[in-house]
Amino acid sequence: MGKRVAKEVSIAVADAVGQCRVDVISAYPITPQTHIVEHLAELVNNGELDAEYIPVESEHAAMSACIGAAAAGARTFTSTSAQGLLFMYETLSIASAFRLPIVMVIANRSISAPISIWNDLSDVMTTRDFGWIQTFAENGQEAVDLVYHAYRVAEKCLLPVAVNLDGFIVTHVVEPIEMLEQELVDKYLPPLKMKYKLDPKKPITMGAIGVPEVYTEAKKALDEAVKATYKVVVQAWKEFEKISGRRYQPVETYRMDDAEVAMVIMGSLAETACNAVDELRAKGKKVGLIRFRLWRPFPMQDFLKALRKVKALCVVDRAVSHASTGGPVGIEVRSALYQSNKRPRVVNFIAGLAGRDVTKDDFIELFERTFEAISKKPKFSYEIYGVKE
Amino acid sequence: MTKDQGLMSWKELAPGMYILEPGNSAKFKTGDWRSHRPVLDKEKCIKCGQCYLLCPEPAYEPNEEGYYICNLYYCKGCGICAAICPKGAITMVLEEA
Repeated sequence: MGKRVAKEVSIAVADAVGQCRVDVISAYPITPQTHIVEHLAELVNNGELDAEYIPVESEHAAMSACIGAAAAGARTFTSTSAQGLLFMYETLSIASAFRLPIVMVIANRSISAPISIWNDLSDVMTTRDFGWIQTFAENGQEAVDLVYHAYRVAEKCLLPVAVNLDGFIVTHVVEPIEMLEQELVDKYLPPLKMKYKLDPKKPITMGAIGVPEVYTEAKKALDEAVKATYKVVVQAWKEFEKISGRRYQPVETYRMDDAEVAMVIMGSLAETACNAVDELRAKGKKVGLIRFRLWRPFPMQDFLKALRKVKALCVVDRAVSHASTGGPVGIEVRSALYQSNKRPRVVNFIAGLAGRDVTKDDFIELFERTFEAISKKPKFSYEIYGVKE
Repeated sequence: MTKDQGLMSWKELAPGMYILEPGNSAKFKTGDWRSHRPVLDKEKCIKCGQCYLLCPEPAYEPNEEGYYICNLYYCKGCGICAAICPKGAITMVLEEA
């Protein structure tokens, strides 16, 4: 067991990236990601980390530099938030299609307009279809552990990984965190070896045109590759448990054994929601919680298994998919259930946008409304909760 | 990709659709969307090689007699060769469907 030390989560995340012995860091500062990349700049400047730090002119360039460096066989890192991620957009799909093991931490922040620096998941949810592996941390310890895990998975699968942590709520909080000892990190992450890379001695082409005769096959190959990452993701968590004692799985459940109503949620809000679960359980209400730690590849079987005997699901989204059939998680959950024989009622709320507090009492209200939905079908496919009328 | 028209199973593609064989584009028939093709009049040709030098593909190659012959497997029919020929020896002719 390592020593638990109080650290700001951003600093701990940056230290973990350093421990992973990255070769190239390419980033552009944006709130609330700044402390992560600033601390990495300090580590490089102080000679504590032997890496190339590229202070690029934009997020588009940040991801482009990571793509170039990774294509040449370097272990890379970048981090961003909100509009920064959107500015990166064009290059994100290239990173995955090129099968490059880039790791990016997204300090989740709501997207403009109106401009907001506060937290929700509206940034990352726009990128869910690109073939990036996506994990979500609930707290600082998990954020750090997901960084180690991300490199392990990215380099085994040759696909990029985005580790998501809630801006401010997780990034700027000081928590007791146990860093992995360097020796164990090195054991967990052997030096990156890529079978194919850009090397003048053995030239290959990346980024050739995909004419209609081959584009579909290229997408099928990528799709199969991303689906196949599931086993690696799970295996990498099992290996991580052996060295750290900390256990992770794609879908986290809380008091689900006999739950009739379950909340489905992601990120740090789950901790508050667990308190609501405890309070309702104390009153005899059969409630539980399901949290997606892994979002891409979508852990279908884990999710369906987690449902047990629930009669209704309260899906709490933190992003709006305007004028669609739900929030991104709500849509996904309904779609997953359609392929199963389980058909609990799905009530989809959008809450906690741009750092709006969602308190324990709010969660209790959401649970109660979901209980009502068991007998009476809601008239809405999704509702933005807590709006001042 | 190794097959002529890129018709292959997704399982045969290299990861990331990388091309592992440098210069393999020569194996692909890239001259299949041409609307006009160049026709050389050997009577007028002085073998200056301007067509060979300026063809952007490059589709022209010298033959044993010293004439520069356009390889229609690659020619896109841009007409630069016809425009540059100092003797007007190259004519662009409409491709029949």
